[in-house]
Amino acid sequence: MSSRRSREAPRITDDQIIQLLSKLQQLLPEIRNRRSNKASASKVLQETCNYVRSLHQEVDDLSDRLSQLLSTVDANSPEASIIQSLIM
Amino acid sequence: MASSTLIPNPVTNNTDRARDSSKRRKRKKIQRQSSGIGRDQNSQNLNNNNDQITPWKSEVQQQVYSSKLLQALRQVRQGSGSGTSSTKTPRRGRAVREAADRVLAVTAKGRTRWSRAILTNKLKLKFMKSNRRQRGVVATATGNRRLKKPRVSILRLKTKNLPAVQRKARVLGRLVPGCRKQPLPVVLEEATDYIAALEMQVKAMAALADLLSGGSSSSSSAGAGNLGQLSFSRSPPSL
Repeated sequence: MSSRRSREAPRITDDQIIQLLSKLQQLLPEIRNRRSNKASASKVLQETCNYVRSLHQEVDDLSDRLSQLLSTVDANSPEASIIQSLIM
Repeated sequence: MASSTLIPNPVTNNTDRARDSSKRRKRKKIQRQSSGIGRDQNSQNLNNNNDQITPWKSEVQQQVYSSKLLQALRQVRQGSGSGTSSTKTPRRGRAVREAADRVLAVTAKGRTRWSRAILTNKLKLKFMKSNRRQRGVVATATGNRRLKKPRVSILRLKTKNLPAVQRKARVLGRLVPGCRKQPLPVVLEEATDYIAALEMQVKAMAALADLLSGGSSSSSSAGAGNLGQLSFSRSPPSL
């Protein structure tokens, strides 16, 4: 069995993990809406996994949509320059 | 489906290509300036916000990402051949996804593990795809999980030895690119940054899709509305 030792922190403290978990908790929409600070580690991890998966799914859908749009726009360069000037 | 898309006059196709290359050079210059500005603002934001978290929600980051994404998307479009591409849609969706992820990783400026993992995996996949095609390796952004053997690494937590928590931590480590064998605090930190980056990616791509489909997006300025009106007034001949 090969386990990777983290070189920065040979002993990982629980406080560290709790801190990281709470930071992660702030980002999750689910737990943020309920406004409770008492989410267990398991729940935070579960919500994180779900959220990351849903974000991946969204990105997939958006990229499919973008690919369709790209195929329908023939010569993209004039619009691309316009879009560039808009975005920038 | 976008019924009225932006289709310019086909007469100016050749001149557009010539202008495109010169514009690309100009765009790169402007990009460098904007990314330089972004870097300054990033350093300011870093002092204000947290220590090591890239401010993904800043406008500048989104602008940098959008412009780079446009370039990458144009390459995708040119790479898969111009003209009709009805058969290539599923592969192109994946190519767009990969390009978006790659641009996201580049925008991260290599400070996080997941961004480095995405960029190195792209290189690995390029080499491995030609060798191991019979394996059925799908070249997706998350294709690394099929290439590497699943190995079990031991957590060093004391009180959180519950199998449920460990299992979920494993799953999360698999979801975030480049964090399969990392210990839990690393995974958590990477996940924090990764989620913020993904949110920005979704926002930027949605805005871009809205722009391209000729609709009026909420995040852009009023110019987008004008652009949409342009497309409607042109009434493209074919779709």
